[in-house]
Amino acid sequence: MIDSALIGAALWPALVNGLTMGAIYALIALGLTLIYGVLHIINFAHGSLLMVALYAVLVLFERLGIDPYAALVVVVPGMFGIGYVLQRFVINPARHGRDENTLLVTLGLSIVIENLASHFFKTDTRQIETAYTFMMVDLAGAVISMPRLLAFAGALASCLALAVLMRSTDLGRAIRAVAREAQGARVVGIDVDHVFAMSFAIGLACLGAAACFLLPTYYVSPQVGHGFVLIAFTVVVLGGMGSFTGSLVGGLLVGVIESLGGLLLGESLGQIGVFVIFIVILLFRPAGLFGQRT
Amino acid sequence: MNVDSTPGEILLAVDELHGGYGAVEVLRGISLQVRQGEIIALLGSNGAGKSTFINTVCGLLAPGHGRVEWLGRDITRLGSAGIVAQGLIQVPEGRRVFPNLSVLENLILGSYRRGRAARQANLERVLTIFPRLRERSGQSAGTLSGGEQQMLAIGRALMGEPVLLILDEPSLGLAPLIVEEMFGLIAQLNREGLTILLVEQNVAQSLELANRAHVIENGSVVFGGSRAELLATDRLRRAYLGS
Repeated sequence: MIDSALIGAALWPALVNGLTMGAIYALIALGLTLIYGVLHIINFAHGSLLMVALYAVLVLFERLGIDPYAALVVVVPGMFGIGYVLQRFVINPARHGRDENTLLVTLGLSIVIENLASHFFKTDTRQIETAYTFMMVDLAGAVISMPRLLAFAGALASCLALAVLMRSTDLGRAIRAVAREAQGARVVGIDVDHVFAMSFAIGLACLGAAACFLLPTYYVSPQVGHGFVLIAFTVVVLGGMGSFTGSLVGGLLVGVIESLGGLLLGESLGQIGVFVIFIVILLFRPAGLFGQRT
Repeated sequence: MNVDSTPGEILLAVDELHGGYGAVEVLRGISLQVRQGEIIALLGSNGAGKSTFINTVCGLLAPGHGRVEWLGRDITRLGSAGIVAQGLIQVPEGRRVFPNLSVLENLILGSYRRGRAARQANLERVLTIFPRLRERSGQSAGTLSGGEQQMLAIGRALMGEPVLLILDEPSLGLAPLIVEEMFGLIAQLNREGLTILLVEQNVAQSLELANRAHVIENGSVVFGGSRAELLATDRLRRAYLGS
């Protein structure tokens, strides 16, 4: 049996660790839920595109010596641009057919991207080491690495920035309008195709930010996106498809459950807890925590 | 009723417009003109092509042959965003308000193609016309009643500073009292200088307002003229007024 006192002492650090990871999950899921909510497509390439952003941060660091946090100003706009072009010229042309088409296009994209990554970067797992990688902070007994704390703060700040964009700007209002009433949006003169592309672009910009915050304490390989995309889908469904609050709360929740699961069941079984809670929540709230029944 | 007033300059000139949905042709060469200051009624039974016509003119549907001119300029393929910016704005059938956005946000989006400069003044004007919308400004539009949603749809269109306002079936599904109010409002907006193209199944009431009427049947204009002329045409009077 595990000593209960030992678990008690480990609980707080596990909670803190879970929250830091959860904030990253929330940011990735926010991008996914935005794309789903507006375009009504499930972006299967979300994980591979996160991987692309992670490699971008890695290359900028290794080749040009650019700090991962400084890389935000390059990677976020870069991913935004990739997203705009991808949606406008690759995904949108497939939208006029059946729904499965866009699904297959994003799935195909992810296969192409992953194989390109395997070709150019080999399948090794790579990491970066910065001056602050091993810098530790003591948070009331929970010792946590500095970059993870920064990741938490950065991811939450990004979520907040996105919320402000959606609430208080014309673009944000247009995005929410198009999500529910595209014809009405055309009537007031909103360029709906542009809003579609902007939404996809913003979704990918979230991945760019997540990659910059993630890489100092994580690793990258061509398959790194798989784990994240599974978690992100879980978060999106758990929080309620298309709900922003749902993604944020769901992300933090999944992070904490995963971390506590790891503590109680061991690292390899930690994720079981996530899916148990997932099933239980969906049993009682089929539309997710913050989802709207339609 | 100002049937005899001197007509203003031509705002909208539609010439032999064709269009429809993919291979299905609904509009078979529609021509009509709207002059500054008029109220024009566009009549026709269900499925005659009235909404298809409106949506093609407004750039929501791809046009076939034909030409749409706005103040003498070709806008046939300008697209809805550009057309709205010209001041050719419609209140669509079924209102199409944004149910998940607040009343205020709906109105703000009405000025999407306008600068922020005049937004506050326009908002104040619309909220004065519709005090009900002011009361409900924080509420999401999906929770409004049908009549309130219709007011919101009109208010949203007014936020875009229309020169020609197209109303597609504004009385549809509304209680008679509200319909009365709606027609009163349309007359008032016209008196303030707004040109109006009114698409209605409520023929009697819209004819009371309109200077001229066009009747569409099977995607073609079968009549265009004054109210008196329409009433003098037996077949049309029987078909649309039932007497």
